[in-house]
Amino acid sequence: MADNPKNFGSAKGGNLAAAAGNPAGATAQGAFLNRHAMIERSPTLLFILSLLVVSIGGIVEIAPLFYLENTIEEVEGMRPYSPLELAGRDIYVREGCYVCHSQMIRPMRDEVERYGHYSLAAESMYDHPHQWGSKRTGPDLARVGGRYSDAWHVDHLNDPQSVVPESIMPKYAFLGRTPIQGKRIEDLLRTHRFVGVPYTEDMIENAVSDFRAQGDPESDWDALVERYPGAVVANFDGQPELTEMDALIAYLQMLGTLVDFSTFTPDANR
Amino acid sequence: MADHKEKDEITGIDTTGHDWDGIKELNNPLPRWWLWTLYATIVWAIAYTIAYPAWPLINSATGGVLGYSTRGEVADQIAAVDAQNAEVAQRLASADLSTLAPDDPAHRYGVAGGASVFLSHCSQCHGSGAAGAVGYPNLLDDDWLWGGTLEDIEYTVRHGIRNEADPDARWSQMPAFGELLEGEEIAATVEHVLTLSGKDHDAALAAQGAILFEEQCAACHGEAGEGMRDQGAPRLSDAIWLYGGDRDTLTKTITYSRFGVMPPWGPRLDEAEIKAVTLYLHQLGGGE
Repeated sequence: MADNPKNFGSAKGGNLAAAAGNPAGATAQGAFLNRHAMIERSPTLLFILSLLVVSIGGIVEIAPLFYLENTIEEVEGMRPYSPLELAGRDIYVREGCYVCHSQMIRPMRDEVERYGHYSLAAESMYDHPHQWGSKRTGPDLARVGGRYSDAWHVDHLNDPQSVVPESIMPKYAFLGRTPIQGKRIEDLLRTHRFVGVPYTEDMIENAVSDFRAQGDPESDWDALVERYPGAVVANFDGQPELTEMDALIAYLQMLGTLVDFSTFTPDANR
Repeated sequence: MADHKEKDEITGIDTTGHDWDGIKELNNPLPRWWLWTLYATIVWAIAYTIAYPAWPLINSATGGVLGYSTRGEVADQIAAVDAQNAEVAQRLASADLSTLAPDDPAHRYGVAGGASVFLSHCSQCHGSGAAGAVGYPNLLDDDWLWGGTLEDIEYTVRHGIRNEADPDARWSQMPAFGELLEGEEIAATVEHVLTLSGKDHDAALAAQGAILFEEQCAACHGEAGEGMRDQGAPRLSDAIWLYGGDRDTLTKTITYSRFGVMPPWGPRLDEAEIKAVTLYLHQLGGGE
Protein backbone atom coordinates (compact mmCIF):
# COMPACT_ATOMS: atom_id res chain seq x y z
CA MET A 1 0.00 0.00 0.00
CA ALA A 2 2.73 2.43 0.96
CA ASP A 3 4.82 1.76 -2.06
CA ASN A 4 4.01 5.25 -3.09
CA PRO A 5 3.66 7.52 -0.08
CA LYS A 6 1.77 10.05 -2.16
CA ASN A 7 -1.04 7.60 -2.42
CA PHE A 8 -1.31 7.29 1.33
CA GLY A 9 -4.24 9.64 1.79
CA SER A 10 -6.30 8.40 -1.06
CA ALA A 11 -5.46 4.78 -0.42
CA LYS A 12 -6.68 5.01 3.13
CA GLY A 13 -10.39 4.69 2.51
CA GLY A 14 -9.92 1.92 0.06
CA ASN A 15 -7.68 -0.06 2.33
CA LEU A 16 -10.05 0.22 5.24
CA ALA A 17 -12.89 -0.89 3.09
CA ALA A 18 -10.76 -3.74 1.91
CA ALA A 19 -9.87 -4.70 5.46
CA ALA A 20 -13.40 -4.52 6.75
CA GLY A 21 -15.08 -6.03 3.80
CA ASN A 22 -12.49 -8.58 2.83
CA PRO A 23 -14.42 -11.83 2.72
CA ALA A 24 -11.15 -13.73 3.00
CA GLY A 25 -10.29 -11.51 6.04
CA ALA A 26 -11.23 -14.42 8.25
CA THR A 27 -12.55 -13.88 11.72
CA ALA A 28 -14.46 -11.05 13.33
CA GLN A 29 -11.53 -10.56 15.71
CA GLY A 30 -9.31 -9.97 12.75
CA ALA A 31 -11.68 -7.37 11.46
CA PHE A 32 -11.78 -5.66 14.80
CA LEU A 33 -8.00 -5.55 15.07
CA ASN A 34 -7.79 -4.21 11.57
CA ARG A 35 -9.81 -1.23 12.65
CA HIS A 36 -6.73 -0.24 14.59
CA ALA A 37 -5.50 1.16 11.32
CA MET A 38 -8.06 3.88 11.73
CA ILE A 39 -6.37 5.03 14.92
CA GLU A 40 -2.91 4.70 13.51
CA ARG A 41 -3.77 6.89 10.60
CA SER A 42 -5.48 9.69 12.45
CA PRO A 43 -3.26 11.57 14.92
CA THR A 44 -6.26 13.42 16.32
CA LEU A 45 -8.16 10.23 17.03
CA LEU A 46 -5.00 8.65 18.46
CA PHE A 47 -4.53 11.65 20.75
CA ILE A 48 -8.12 11.65 21.98
CA LEU A 49 -8.19 7.92 22.65
CA SER A 50 -4.76 8.00 24.39
CA LEU A 51 -6.05 10.77 26.61
CA LEU A 52 -9.08 8.68 27.51
CA VAL A 53 -6.95 5.66 28.35
CA VAL A 54 -4.43 7.62 30.41
CA SER A 55 -7.15 9.49 32.29
CA ILE A 56 -8.63 6.22 33.55
CA GLY A 57 -5.62 5.89 35.86
CA GLY A 58 -6.10 9.43 37.08
CA ILE A 59 -9.83 9.01 37.58
CA VAL A 60 -9.45 5.79 39.54
CA GLU A 61 -6.69 7.16 41.76
CA ILE A 62 -7.69 10.79 42.24
CA ALA A 63 -11.44 11.12 41.86
CA PRO A 64 -12.41 8.89 44.83
CA LEU A 65 -10.44 11.18 47.17
CA PHE A 66 -13.01 13.87 46.51
CA TYR A 67 -15.99 11.82 47.62
CA LEU A 68 -14.74 9.07 49.95
CA GLU A 69 -15.92 9.91 53.44
CA ASN A 70 -12.73 8.86 55.17
CA THR A 71 -10.29 10.80 52.99
CA ILE A 72 -10.06 13.51 55.64
CA GLU A 73 -11.04 12.14 59.02
CA GLU A 74 -12.67 14.45 61.48
CA VAL A 75 -10.45 15.67 64.27
CA GLU A 76 -10.83 18.10 67.14
CA GLY A 77 -8.96 21.35 67.06
CA MET A 78 -8.21 22.09 63.41
CA ARG A 79 -8.98 25.67 62.53
CA PRO A 80 -8.08 28.05 59.72
CA TYR A 81 -4.76 29.79 60.24
CA SER A 82 -4.80 33.12 62.01
CA PRO A 83 -3.92 36.14 59.85
CA LEU A 84 -0.37 36.38 61.23
CA GLU A 85 0.18 32.65 60.82
CA LEU A 86 -1.17 32.80 57.29
CA ALA A 87 1.19 35.67 56.46
CA GLY A 88 4.00 33.62 57.96
CA ARG A 89 2.97 30.70 55.82
CA ASP A 90 3.23 32.89 52.73
CA ILE A 91 6.77 33.81 53.78
CA TYR A 92 7.51 30.12 54.30
CA VAL A 93 6.36 29.44 50.75
CA ARG A 94 8.08 32.51 49.32
CA GLU A 95 11.43 31.57 50.80
CA GLY A 96 11.06 28.03 49.52
CA CYS A 97 11.36 26.41 52.94
CA TYR A 98 9.50 23.44 51.47
CA VAL A 99 12.48 22.74 49.24
CA CYS A 100 14.39 21.39 52.24
CA HIS A 101 11.71 20.84 54.87
CA SER A 102 8.74 18.53 54.55
CA GLN A 103 5.59 18.85 56.62
CA MET A 104 4.43 15.30 56.71
CA ILE A 105 5.37 12.75 59.32
CA ARG A 106 4.88 9.40 57.66
CA PRO A 107 3.41 6.49 59.59
CA MET A 108 6.71 4.79 60.23
CA ARG A 109 8.28 4.02 63.57
CA ASP A 110 11.46 6.04 63.09
CA GLU A 111 9.53 9.13 62.04
CA VAL A 112 6.96 8.86 64.79
CA GLU A 113 9.69 8.38 67.40
CA ARG A 114 11.59 11.39 66.16
CA TYR A 115 8.93 13.89 65.16
CA GLY A 116 5.79 12.81 66.99
CA HIS A 117 2.40 11.49 65.90
CA TYR A 118 2.16 10.81 62.18
CA SER A 119 0.47 13.57 60.21
CA LEU A 120 -3.24 13.41 59.49
CA ALA A 121 -4.89 14.57 56.30
CA ALA A 122 -6.97 16.99 58.34
CA GLU A 123 -3.84 18.78 59.46
CA SER A 124 -3.20 20.09 55.98
CA MET A 125 -6.79 20.60 54.91
CA TYR A 126 -6.45 24.38 55.10
CA ASP A 127 -3.15 24.38 53.23
CA HIS A 128 -3.41 25.79 49.74
CA PRO A 129 -1.11 24.44 48.51
CA HIS A 130 -0.06 21.78 51.00
CA GLN A 131 3.53 21.76 52.21
CA TRP A 132 4.05 18.02 52.46
CA GLY A 133 7.27 18.09 50.49
CA SER A 134 9.07 15.13 49.07
CA LYS A 135 12.59 15.69 50.24
CA ARG A 136 14.23 16.42 53.56
CA THR A 137 17.50 18.26 53.57
CA GLY A 138 16.40 19.66 56.90
CA PRO A 139 14.11 17.96 59.39
CA ASP A 140 10.37 17.60 59.02
CA LEU A 141 8.52 20.59 60.45
CA ALA A 142 5.00 19.19 60.74
CA ARG A 143 5.21 19.26 64.56
CA VAL A 144 7.86 21.87 65.18
CA GLY A 145 5.38 24.08 67.03
CA GLY A 146 6.26 24.54 70.70
CA ARG A 147 9.33 22.40 70.37
CA TYR A 148 11.74 25.32 70.63
CA SER A 149 11.49 28.74 72.23
CA ASP A 150 10.71 31.82 70.16
CA ALA A 151 14.19 33.11 70.95
CA TRP A 152 15.67 29.93 69.54
CA HIS A 153 13.79 30.48 66.29
CA VAL A 154 15.10 34.04 66.12
CA ASP A 155 18.68 32.89 66.74
CA HIS A 156 18.25 30.03 64.34
CA LEU A 157 16.75 32.08 61.51
CA ASN A 158 19.31 34.84 61.98
CA ASP A 159 22.22 32.44 61.96
CA PRO A 160 21.38 28.74 62.01
CA GLN A 161 24.98 27.76 62.69
CA SER A 162 25.00 29.73 65.93
CA VAL A 163 22.79 27.10 67.53
CA VAL A 164 23.29 24.11 65.24
CA PRO A 165 26.91 24.27 64.06
CA GLU A 166 26.49 21.33 61.69
CA SER A 167 23.51 22.94 59.92
CA ILE A 168 23.75 23.92 56.25
CA MET A 169 20.67 26.14 56.35
CA PRO A 170 21.11 29.64 54.93
CA LYS A 171 20.66 32.71 57.09
CA TYR A 172 17.33 34.53 57.09
CA ALA A 173 18.28 37.51 59.25
CA PHE A 174 16.66 39.92 56.79
CA LEU A 175 13.24 38.69 57.92
CA GLY A 176 13.79 40.48 61.22
CA ARG A 177 14.68 43.67 59.36
CA THR A 178 11.62 43.57 57.11
CA PRO A 179 8.58 45.17 58.73
CA ILE A 180 5.23 43.74 57.76
CA GLN A 181 2.04 45.76 57.88
CA GLY A 182 -0.54 43.25 56.79
CA LYS A 183 -2.06 45.67 54.30
CA ARG A 184 -3.39 42.89 52.11
CA ILE A 185 -4.23 40.47 54.87
CA GLU A 186 -7.99 40.77 54.33
CA ASP A 187 -7.56 39.95 50.66
CA LEU A 188 -5.35 37.03 51.60
CA LEU A 189 -8.05 35.60 53.85
CA ARG A 190 -10.64 36.16 51.14
CA THR A 191 -8.48 34.35 48.63
CA HIS A 192 -8.17 31.40 50.94
CA ARG A 193 -11.91 31.44 51.52
CA PHE A 194 -12.37 31.41 47.77
CA VAL A 195 -10.47 28.12 47.56
CA GLY A 196 -12.41 26.59 50.41
CA VAL A 197 -10.99 27.65 53.77
CA PRO A 198 -13.94 28.45 56.05
CA TYR A 199 -13.02 31.98 57.06
CA THR A 200 -16.06 33.75 58.44
CA GLU A 201 -17.08 37.35 57.77
CA ASP A 202 -16.08 38.07 61.35
CA MET A 203 -12.59 36.72 60.75
CA ILE A 204 -12.15 38.73 57.58
CA GLU A 205 -13.46 41.95 59.11
CA ASN A 206 -11.04 41.62 62.01
CA ALA A 207 -8.13 40.34 59.98
CA VAL A 208 -6.01 43.44 60.34
CA SER A 209 -6.55 43.85 64.06
CA ASP A 210 -6.00 40.12 64.66
CA PHE A 211 -2.87 40.32 62.56
CA ARG A 212 -1.42 43.03 64.81
CA ALA A 213 -2.74 41.62 68.07
CA GLN A 214 -1.03 38.26 67.75
CA GLY A 215 2.41 39.83 67.69
CA ASP A 216 1.77 42.01 70.71
CA PRO A 217 1.07 40.43 74.12
CA GLU A 218 0.13 43.88 75.44
CA SER A 219 -2.75 44.16 73.01
CA ASP A 220 -6.32 43.07 73.52
CA TRP A 221 -6.07 39.62 72.04
CA ASP A 222 -8.98 37.80 73.70
CA ALA A 223 -11.16 38.05 70.60
CA LEU A 224 -8.28 36.76 68.47
CA VAL A 225 -7.91 33.64 70.59
CA GLU A 226 -11.65 33.14 70.55
CA ARG A 227 -11.67 33.25 66.77
CA TYR A 228 -8.55 31.12 66.48
CA PRO A 229 -8.42 28.80 69.49
CA GLY A 230 -4.93 27.89 70.56
CA ALA A 231 -3.31 30.83 68.78
CA VAL A 232 -0.10 31.78 70.57
CA VAL A 233 0.22 35.50 71.24
CA ALA A 234 3.78 36.69 71.72
CA ASN A 235 6.32 39.18 70.59
CA PHE A 236 7.94 36.41 68.64
CA ASP A 237 11.06 38.19 67.44
CA GLY A 238 11.58 40.34 70.56
CA GLN A 239 11.48 43.59 68.59
CA PRO A 240 8.80 46.22 69.09
CA GLU A 241 7.98 46.31 65.39
CA LEU A 242 5.98 43.61 63.63
CA THR A 243 8.33 41.96 61.14
CA GLU A 244 8.29 39.04 58.75
CA MET A 245 10.24 37.18 61.42
CA ASP A 246 7.24 37.54 63.77
CA ALA A 247 4.89 36.15 61.14
CA LEU A 248 7.11 33.21 60.24
CA ILE A 249 7.73 32.22 63.86
CA ALA A 250 4.01 32.54 64.64
CA TYR A 251 3.41 30.09 61.81
CA LEU A 252 6.17 27.70 62.88
CA GLN A 253 5.07 27.69 66.52
CA MET A 254 1.54 26.71 65.44
CA LEU A 255 2.62 23.81 63.21
CA GLY A 256 1.31 20.49 64.44
CA THR A 257 -0.14 21.87 67.66
CA LEU A 258 -3.78 22.27 66.61
CA VAL A 259 -5.12 18.73 66.64
CA ASP A 260 -6.14 17.51 70.05
CA PHE A 261 -4.66 14.01 70.05
CA SER A 262 -6.23 13.14 73.40
CA THR A 263 -9.58 12.90 71.58
CA PHE A 264 -8.20 11.20 68.50
CA THR A 265 -8.70 7.51 67.82
CA PRO A 266 -6.99 6.38 64.67
CA ASP A 267 -9.24 4.63 62.19
CA ALA A 268 -7.12 1.66 61.22
CA ASN A 269 -8.91 1.20 57.93
CA ARG A 270 -7.23 4.11 56.26
CA MET B 1 -1.56 -1.33 6.93
CA ALA B 2 -1.91 -4.89 8.00
CA ASP B 3 -3.54 -5.76 4.82
CA HIS B 4 -0.81 -7.43 2.84
CA LYS B 5 -0.01 -10.43 4.97
CA GLU B 6 2.33 -12.82 3.31
CA LYS B 7 4.82 -15.52 4.14
CA ASP B 8 8.44 -14.54 4.23
CA GLU B 9 10.17 -16.76 1.75
CA ILE B 10 13.42 -17.25 3.63
CA THR B 11 12.15 -17.93 7.15
CA GLY B 12 8.72 -19.21 6.30
CA ILE B 13 7.19 -16.90 8.92
CA ASP B 14 4.21 -14.64 8.33
CA THR B 15 4.92 -10.96 8.01
CA THR B 16 2.86 -8.38 9.84
CA GLY B 17 1.86 -6.91 6.54
CA HIS B 18 3.63 -3.67 7.40
CA ASP B 19 5.87 -2.45 4.68
CA TRP B 20 8.21 0.50 4.96
CA ASP B 21 9.95 1.24 1.72
CA GLY B 22 10.28 -2.43 1.04
CA ILE B 23 11.28 -3.43 4.56
CA LYS B 24 8.90 -5.94 6.06
CA GLU B 25 8.44 -7.11 9.62
CA LEU B 26 8.24 -10.76 10.64
CA ASN B 27 5.28 -11.58 12.84
CA ASN B 28 7.08 -13.76 15.39
CA PRO B 29 4.99 -14.72 18.40
CA LEU B 30 6.02 -13.27 21.77
CA PRO B 31 8.39 -15.56 23.70
CA ARG B 32 6.29 -17.86 25.77
CA TRP B 33 8.18 -17.17 29.04
CA TRP B 34 7.58 -13.46 28.51
CA LEU B 35 3.90 -13.90 27.81
CA TRP B 36 3.35 -16.06 30.89
CA THR B 37 5.27 -13.59 33.03
CA LEU B 38 2.93 -10.90 31.81
CA TYR B 39 -0.12 -13.00 32.66
CA ALA B 40 1.38 -13.77 36.07
CA THR B 41 1.86 -10.08 36.86
CA ILE B 42 -1.75 -9.41 35.92
CA VAL B 43 -2.95 -12.17 38.23
CA TRP B 44 -0.59 -10.90 40.94
CA ALA B 45 -1.93 -7.36 40.59
CA ILE B 46 -5.53 -8.50 40.92
CA ALA B 47 -4.72 -10.70 43.92
CA TYR B 48 -2.78 -7.85 45.47
CA THR B 49 -5.70 -5.47 45.24
CA ILE B 50 -7.87 -8.09 46.91
CA ALA B 51 -5.36 -8.74 49.68
CA TYR B 52 -4.52 -5.10 50.39
CA PRO B 53 -6.58 -1.90 50.59
CA ALA B 54 -7.19 -0.75 47.05
CA TRP B 55 -10.49 -0.35 45.25
CA PRO B 56 -12.52 2.80 45.82
CA LEU B 57 -16.20 2.09 46.43
CA ILE B 58 -19.14 4.38 47.09
CA ASN B 59 -18.25 5.63 50.57
CA SER B 60 -14.95 4.03 51.37
CA ALA B 61 -12.32 1.83 49.83
CA THR B 62 -11.86 -1.92 50.10
CA GLY B 63 -9.85 -2.81 53.17
CA GLY B 64 -8.16 -5.91 51.80
CA VAL B 65 -8.64 -9.41 53.14
CA LEU B 66 -5.30 -9.37 54.98
CA GLY B 67 -6.49 -6.49 57.15
CA TYR B 68 -3.31 -4.52 56.57
CA SER B 69 -3.07 -0.82 57.39
CA THR B 70 -0.02 1.43 57.52
CA ARG B 71 -1.31 2.84 60.79
CA GLY B 72 -1.74 -0.61 62.24
CA GLU B 73 1.75 -1.51 61.11
CA VAL B 74 3.43 1.47 62.75
CA ALA B 75 1.45 0.85 65.94
CA ASP B 76 2.56 -2.78 65.89
CA GLN B 77 6.19 -1.86 65.30
CA ILE B 78 6.19 0.62 68.15
CA ALA B 79 4.45 -1.88 70.40
CA ALA B 80 6.99 -4.55 69.47
CA VAL B 81 9.94 -2.35 70.43
CA ASP B 82 8.17 -1.19 73.57
CA ALA B 83 7.55 -4.80 74.50
CA GLN B 84 11.22 -5.63 74.00
CA ASN B 85 12.23 -2.86 76.37
CA ALA B 86 9.18 -3.08 78.60
CA GLU B 87 10.87 -4.64 81.57
CA VAL B 88 13.88 -2.37 81.76
CA ALA B 89 11.92 0.75 80.76
CA GLN B 90 9.34 0.04 83.43
CA ARG B 91 12.11 -0.43 85.95
CA LEU B 92 13.66 2.87 84.93
CA ALA B 93 10.34 4.74 84.89
CA SER B 94 9.52 3.71 88.43
CA ALA B 95 13.07 3.96 89.78
CA ASP B 96 14.33 6.49 92.26
CA LEU B 97 17.21 7.81 90.21
CA SER B 98 19.31 8.86 93.17
CA THR B 99 19.51 5.29 94.46
CA LEU B 100 19.76 3.57 91.11
CA ALA B 101 23.13 1.79 91.00
CA PRO B 102 25.31 2.62 87.98
CA ASP B 103 25.62 -1.05 87.13
CA ASP B 104 21.87 -1.56 87.22
CA PRO B 105 20.57 -2.52 83.77
CA ALA B 106 18.02 0.27 84.03
CA HIS B 107 20.82 2.76 84.61
CA ARG B 108 22.78 1.56 81.61
CA TYR B 109 19.63 1.56 79.51
CA GLY B 110 18.88 5.09 80.67
CA VAL B 111 22.29 6.51 79.82
CA ALA B 112 22.34 4.89 76.38
CA GLY B 113 18.71 5.70 75.60
CA GLY B 114 19.06 9.18 77.07
CA ALA B 115 21.77 9.94 74.52
CA SER B 116 19.26 9.22 71.73
CA VAL B 117 16.58 11.29 73.41
CA PHE B 118 19.07 14.12 73.78
CA LEU B 119 20.06 14.03 70.12
CA SER B 120 16.45 14.02 68.91
CA HIS B 121 15.02 16.62 71.24
CA CYS B 122 17.69 18.63 73.04
CA SER B 123 20.67 18.96 70.73
CA GLN B 124 19.11 21.71 68.60
CA CYS B 125 19.61 24.17 71.46
CA HIS B 126 22.22 22.55 73.70
CA GLY B 127 24.37 21.24 70.85
CA SER B 128 24.86 17.65 69.76
CA GLY B 129 27.72 17.35 72.23
CA ALA B 130 25.77 19.17 74.97
CA ALA B 131 28.28 22.02 74.97
CA GLY B 132 25.52 24.59 74.49
CA ALA B 133 25.62 27.82 72.52
CA VAL B 134 25.31 31.49 73.32
CA GLY B 135 22.09 31.69 75.35
CA TYR B 136 21.76 27.91 75.65
CA PRO B 137 23.60 26.46 78.64
CA ASN B 138 26.52 24.11 78.39
CA LEU B 139 25.48 20.89 80.12
CA LEU B 140 28.96 19.41 80.37
CA ASP B 141 30.28 21.65 83.13
CA ASP B 142 29.38 21.84 86.81
CA ASP B 143 27.91 25.33 86.58
CA TRP B 144 24.17 24.79 86.92
CA LEU B 145 21.59 27.55 86.76
CA TRP B 146 18.74 25.61 88.36
CA GLY B 147 20.65 22.78 89.99
CA GLY B 148 22.54 19.74 88.83
CA THR B 149 21.23 16.96 91.01
CA LEU B 150 19.27 14.18 89.36
CA GLU B 151 16.11 15.56 90.89
CA ASP B 152 16.80 19.10 89.66
CA ILE B 153 17.64 17.96 86.14
CA GLU B 154 14.56 15.76 85.95
CA TYR B 155 12.34 18.65 87.06
CA THR B 156 13.85 20.99 84.48
CA VAL B 157 13.46 18.45 81.69
CA ARG B 158 9.87 17.72 82.65
CA HIS B 159 8.60 21.25 83.17
CA GLY B 160 11.03 23.45 81.29
CA ILE B 161 11.95 27.02 82.05
CA ARG B 162 9.90 30.21 81.68
CA ASN B 163 7.42 28.68 79.25
CA GLU B 164 3.72 29.40 79.13
CA ALA B 165 2.79 25.80 78.41
CA ASP B 166 3.54 24.34 81.85
CA PRO B 167 2.32 26.08 85.01
CA ASP B 168 5.06 24.31 86.99
CA ALA B 169 7.84 25.55 84.75
CA ARG B 170 10.85 27.03 86.53
CA TRP B 171 10.32 30.75 86.51
CA SER B 172 12.23 33.90 87.25
CA GLN B 173 12.53 37.18 85.47
CA MET B 174 15.35 39.67 85.67
CA PRO B 175 14.12 43.25 85.28
CA ALA B 176 15.26 45.20 82.25
CA PHE B 177 17.37 47.74 84.11
CA GLY B 178 17.37 50.06 81.14
CA GLU B 179 13.99 51.18 82.44
CA LEU B 180 15.19 51.53 86.05
CA LEU B 181 18.75 52.87 85.92
CA GLU B 182 20.56 55.59 84.06
CA GLY B 183 23.13 54.73 81.42
CA GLU B 184 26.05 55.68 83.70
CA GLU B 185 24.63 53.60 86.49
CA ILE B 186 24.46 50.58 84.23
CA ALA B 187 28.02 51.22 83.07
CA ALA B 188 29.17 51.36 86.69
CA THR B 189 27.32 48.14 87.51
CA VAL B 190 28.97 46.46 84.55
CA GLU B 191 32.40 47.44 85.91
CA HIS B 192 31.51 45.93 89.28
CA VAL B 193 30.31 42.71 87.66
CA LEU B 194 33.64 42.54 85.84
CA THR B 195 35.45 42.67 89.21
CA LEU B 196 33.47 39.68 90.46
CA SER B 197 35.15 37.35 88.02
CA GLY B 198 38.49 39.12 88.26
CA LYS B 199 38.42 40.80 84.88
CA ASP B 200 40.02 44.10 83.88
CA HIS B 201 37.85 46.93 85.08
CA ASP B 202 37.69 50.61 85.93
CA ALA B 203 38.18 50.65 89.71
CA ALA B 204 36.49 54.01 90.36
CA LEU B 205 33.39 53.11 88.37
CA ALA B 206 33.33 49.65 89.90
CA ALA B 207 33.22 51.16 93.39
CA GLN B 208 30.09 53.08 92.41
CA GLY B 209 28.72 50.00 90.77
CA ALA B 210 29.24 47.94 93.93
CA ILE B 211 26.60 50.01 95.71
CA LEU B 212 24.15 49.64 92.86
CA PHE B 213 24.88 45.94 92.64
CA GLU B 214 24.10 45.49 96.29
CA GLU B 215 20.84 47.40 95.94
CA GLN B 216 19.62 45.95 92.68
CA CYS B 217 21.34 42.67 91.94
CA ALA B 218 22.56 41.01 95.13
CA ALA B 219 19.11 39.78 96.13
CA CYS B 220 19.24 37.20 93.37
CA HIS B 221 22.86 37.01 92.29
CA GLY B 222 24.31 37.17 95.85
CA GLU B 223 26.56 39.83 97.30
CA ALA B 224 29.67 38.24 95.89
CA GLY B 225 27.89 37.24 92.69
CA GLU B 226 27.69 33.62 93.75
CA GLY B 227 24.27 33.22 92.12
CA MET B 228 21.12 31.62 93.44
CA ARG B 229 19.70 28.44 92.05
CA ASP B 230 16.17 28.93 93.40
CA GLN B 231 15.94 31.91 91.09
CA GLY B 232 18.00 30.46 88.29
CA ALA B 233 20.25 33.47 88.86
CA PRO B 234 23.63 32.74 87.31
CA ARG B 235 26.84 32.82 89.29
CA LEU B 236 28.73 35.96 88.19
CA SER B 237 32.00 35.19 89.91
CA ASP B 238 33.23 32.49 87.55
CA ALA B 239 34.46 32.43 83.98
CA ILE B 240 31.32 30.76 82.62
CA TRP B 241 28.90 33.06 80.82
CA LEU B 242 25.65 32.17 79.17
CA TYR B 243 25.40 35.25 76.97
CA GLY B 244 28.94 36.60 77.31
CA GLY B 245 31.01 38.28 80.00
CA ASP B 246 32.48 41.16 78.02
CA ARG B 247 31.57 44.78 78.64
CA ASP B 248 29.19 45.12 75.67
CA THR B 249 27.27 41.94 76.34
CA LEU B 250 26.96 42.69 80.05
CA THR B 251 25.63 46.16 79.24
CA LYS B 252 23.06 44.63 76.93
CA THR B 253 22.12 41.97 79.48
CA ILE B 254 21.59 44.51 82.26
CA THR B 255 19.79 47.00 80.02
CA TYR B 256 17.37 44.64 78.32
CA SER B 257 17.51 41.60 80.60
CA ARG B 258 17.47 38.05 79.31
CA PHE B 259 14.62 35.61 79.25
CA GLY B 260 15.79 32.18 78.20
CA VAL B 261 12.91 29.78 77.59
CA MET B 262 13.00 26.01 77.61
CA PRO B 263 9.89 24.07 76.55
CA PRO B 264 8.44 21.45 78.89
CA TRP B 265 9.29 17.93 77.74
CA GLY B 266 6.80 16.18 79.99
CA PRO B 267 4.09 16.24 77.32
CA ARG B 268 6.39 14.99 74.56
CA LEU B 269 8.52 12.37 76.30
CA ASP B 270 7.35 9.40 78.32
CA GLU B 271 8.42 8.71 81.89
CA ALA B 272 11.28 6.39 80.97
CA GLU B 273 12.58 8.82 78.35
CA ILE B 274 12.60 11.71 80.83
CA LYS B 275 14.51 9.64 83.37
CA ALA B 276 16.83 8.34 80.67
CA VAL B 277 17.81 11.79 79.47
CA THR B 278 18.21 12.88 83.09
CA LEU B 279 20.67 10.07 83.74
CA TYR B 280 22.48 10.84 80.50
CA LEU B 281 22.88 14.52 81.36
CA HIS B 282 23.90 13.78 84.92
CA GLN B 283 26.80 11.57 83.91
CA LEU B 284 28.13 13.97 81.25
CA GLY B 285 30.50 15.52 83.74
CA GLY B 286 28.73 18.07 85.89
CA GLY B 287 26.15 15.98 87.70
CA GLU B 288 25.88 16.58 91.41
